[in-house]
Amino acid sequence: MLQGGVVFLIILLYMGMLFALAHYGDKRAEQGRSIIRNPMVYALSMGVYCTAWTFYGSVGRAATSGVGFLPIYLGPTLMAGLWWFVLRKFIRISKMYRITSIADLAASRYGKSQLLGGFVALIAIAGIVPYISLQLDAVATTFNLIWNFPNIGQQTSIGQIFTVEDTAFYVAIVLAVFAILFGARHLDLTEHHEGLVAAIAFESVIKLLAFLAVGVFVTFVMYDGFGDLFSQAAAVPSLQRLFTFTPGEGPGGDVYGDWAWLTFLSMMAILFLPRQFQVAVVENTQERHLNRAIWLFPLYLLAINIFVLPIAIGGLLHFPDGAVNADAFVLTLPMAAGQEPLTILAFIGGFSAAISMVIMATVALSAMASNDLVLPLLIHFRLVRLNRGGDLSGLLLTIRRIAIVVIVLLSYFYFRLTGENNSLVSIGLISFAAVAQFAPTVLGGLYWRGGTRLGAFAGLTAGVATWGYTLLLPSMASNMWLPGTLVTQGPFGVEWLKPHALFGFIGYDPVPHAMFWSMTFNVGAYVMVSLFSKQTILERNQARLFVDVFTQPLGGEGQSLWRSNASTPALMDLLHRILGEKRTNEAMKTFALRQGVPWPMGDEAPPVVIEHAEMLLAGAIGAASAHVAVASVVQEATLSLDELMRMFDETTQVIAYSRDLEERSQQLERQSRRLEAAYTELQAANERLKELDALKDEFVSTVTHELRTPLTSIRAFSEILHDNPDLDTERRQKFLAIIMRESERLTRLINQVLDLAKMESGEMEWRRTPVDLADLIRDSAQSMGRLSAERQIELTLDLPARAPLILVDRDRIQQVVLNLLSNAAKFCDPDHGEVIVSLRVQPEWITVAVSDNGPGVPEEAQTIIFEKFRQLGNASRRRPQGTGLGLPISREIISHFGGQLTVQNNADAGATFMFTLPLDGAA
Amino acid sequence: MNRRFLKGQRLIAVFAIGALLFSYPILSLFNRPQLLFGMPILYVYLFVTWAALIALYAFIVERRR
Repeated sequence: MLQGGVVFLIILLYMGMLFALAHYGDKRAEQGRSIIRNPMVYALSMGVYCTAWTFYGSVGRAATSGVGFLPIYLGPTLMAGLWWFVLRKFIRISKMYRITSIADLAASRYGKSQLLGGFVALIAIAGIVPYISLQLDAVATTFNLIWNFPNIGQQTSIGQIFTVEDTAFYVAIVLAVFAILFGARHLDLTEHHEGLVAAIAFESVIKLLAFLAVGVFVTFVMYDGFGDLFSQAAAVPSLQRLFTFTPGEGPGGDVYGDWAWLTFLSMMAILFLPRQFQVAVVENTQERHLNRAIWLFPLYLLAINIFVLPIAIGGLLHFPDGAVNADAFVLTLPMAAGQEPLTILAFIGGFSAAISMVIMATVALSAMASNDLVLPLLIHFRLVRLNRGGDLSGLLLTIRRIAIVVIVLLSYFYFRLTGENNSLVSIGLISFAAVAQFAPTVLGGLYWRGGTRLGAFAGLTAGVATWGYTLLLPSMASNMWLPGTLVTQGPFGVEWLKPHALFGFIGYDPVPHAMFWSMTFNVGAYVMVSLFSKQTILERNQARLFVDVFTQPLGGEGQSLWRSNASTPALMDLLHRILGEKRTNEAMKTFALRQGVPWPMGDEAPPVVIEHAEMLLAGAIGAASAHVAVASVVQEATLSLDELMRMFDETTQVIAYSRDLEERSQQLERQSRRLEAAYTELQAANERLKELDALKDEFVSTVTHELRTPLTSIRAFSEILHDNPDLDTERRQKFLAIIMRESERLTRLINQVLDLAKMESGEMEWRRTPVDLADLIRDSAQSMGRLSAERQIELTLDLPARAPLILVDRDRIQQVVLNLLSNAAKFCDPDHGEVIVSLRVQPEWITVAVSDNGPGVPEEAQTIIFEKFRQLGNASRRRPQGTGLGLPISREIISHFGGQLTVQNNADAGATFMFTLPLDGAA
Repeated sequence: MNRRFLKGQRLIAVFAIGALLFSYPILSLFNRPQLLFGMPILYVYLFVTWAALIALYAFIVERRR
């Protein structure tokens, strides 16, 4: 039997555990061993999105409209895909400029405007307080339900002991204490609340486990699995209706339009709800944690939603008479089944869902309230003087703590005033719609430089006014604060002003209807006013820094709009009073060292230091207030706006001009470099041409000369024969023989010239076949046999029986061998001629050597003989015997096949011509 | 930088696919009161698509960096 005392004890134990966990988290953070510096914890802390609305309200909504609860979770899932662009930008900007809330972000972007920051903070508080009160309501209601265990009645008060209102009050107080202890303990430069985040992440786990436990129990214990549950429901027409889209409450009934708007609404909510901004942006320790959250957070949402419909259907089947509120099925089903531990677990799950939202939202709102509302007001009415007086950090903390208490109490009173006639979901959606109004201002500000402060004011005003008229007002009217006829007949009976059918538009449910009109007016006003208004210099600078944040250097310093120096003591004093002496000195010293500013600083603090000081302050008191505070100690030379603009324009022009110049000079340089290269190339080509020309001339003259020699003798002997017809036969024969020999020589010469020309121009056709060089040499020797026998030359072959086959052009190589043999025969000793041909196979080469016993080749001629038309005169004969092309051609052939043709003199007598051919062309 | 950019683009593509699959008229194709595997067909469709989107996100961001 669950007694009230037991429930109390369990709540106390649970709260105690949370306090301990948060305390542990803070302690670890102080020791520098953070437990939240972990992508998993980061993703789980985002689970603060799932409140009592998710835990209880989703089931209630599913019980009336089937899939209607899902867009609230599909929207964030879709948005997660854009986080890499959008949320990462939020995080980067917030880290660089120490932004600690949405209000701060908007204020900072639009020229550090205190007014805009305050406006945003006000909207956020007005929008979220009802939502917080909803959580208190849920805790109190469920507490009373469980108090009556196992009786599931309609009664919502706990007999004579105390009322629902009382329960909510005590819960509110405990939560305020928790938020103060872990959310406003000290002013932090980074605004990280590690203990708080650890507790929130832990609660995310608890509520998920609790919900899954109830879901499994209902589905598999009370019923026989999904199939059983759904088939029972399918038999009941009112339940089968839940399987599909059910037409909305509105007269138009465009379910898909409603669905799309709700999806969009939740996409905006996941970005702009203050508590989401707090956990996802402010408490983010490392940008890359986003990676994990992109899929883990949607997975969390999926898991917590799987059993929503089964529980709703289970509840509707179990309590068919509608006596039990569907919002409480998660709790009443285990109660009805008499499951004490499960009931407690479900209650704790719902409790943790509710309080994690209350705590985080309160902390986030209190930061906004103190930095963007209270402090600017105090400064404005000179109740606080930033540039005079004692320590301010205590005051700031006090403001923040009071803000927490005030917000929680506001929520409590809202709950008292409105009573309990709103379903969990509808109030939540009204809050969503309120924060969605930030979307044009913030997203526009982060992606469009042109958005102006006036535009932001116009957009927000238009959006919030529409939201208030179409959503907030009717919700109050239904609570009898306002006449109900306002909604049903329009104000003063004006039909087209009916809040739920503005301008006669009746297609959507109230929330999509409000979203459509408010977004239309919001975006329209923001864009149009922005296009027709001017930005201040500060605004323009901030717009540039925010829109292009990813191209700014990390650290964000160096972009100072402060133009004059400040007195160092005044500046440091300001910092000391707000941040405390120790932390200020540490932070400023680190910065000064990094920037190369001497430390301790002189009497004058330079602009970069002032900028950094402002940023440090921004973390504690908000960007707009920090700007005002720093301005109060900087003796800014009084410059009119026109002067500043003129300077700005001039500078811009000078910069543009110098950039232009630089670009042009670079272009010129590139061009001249290109020209120079072209010139060098041309020169080289020209020289080569000249060389070739000279070569050609020389070649032609040599060839002509070489051709003329045999021609001359042919002609001379022909003339003799012609002029002396009576020459004796013997002489005639002799002359004719000379003519024939010279003709042959001429033919050979022409052939060789052609060959050489072909080889040199690369047009020679080479036919590679496997060739056995030993064979080839034997063949050649045979064909030389007659010649050597004629001259009585002793030809010795020193060959292996077979040589490895290599891939060469057989005819060409034979040409080389014949050429070498005939050379050797020509030049060997005329009396006892000896020619030796040898072939050696080496690992990589085949070497063929032809040696004779002639006079040898003089050292100085050993290179000349391989040139064209250069042959060694033979002292004993007048005329050269060859064409002078044999050796050059041979060398061409051998080198074409990758070998070398060389000559050297023998030790005793004669010369050896040797060529090598590589074996890697082996067949 | 290039890889990061590619990652962002892939995520946006998945977002676009998801937005398409979760809206009219695709949804209306499954808006019928039948059961599939013992569950309402609309729910099966929504949850399977949802899970697939998450799997794609995970695949894109958790690939070997």
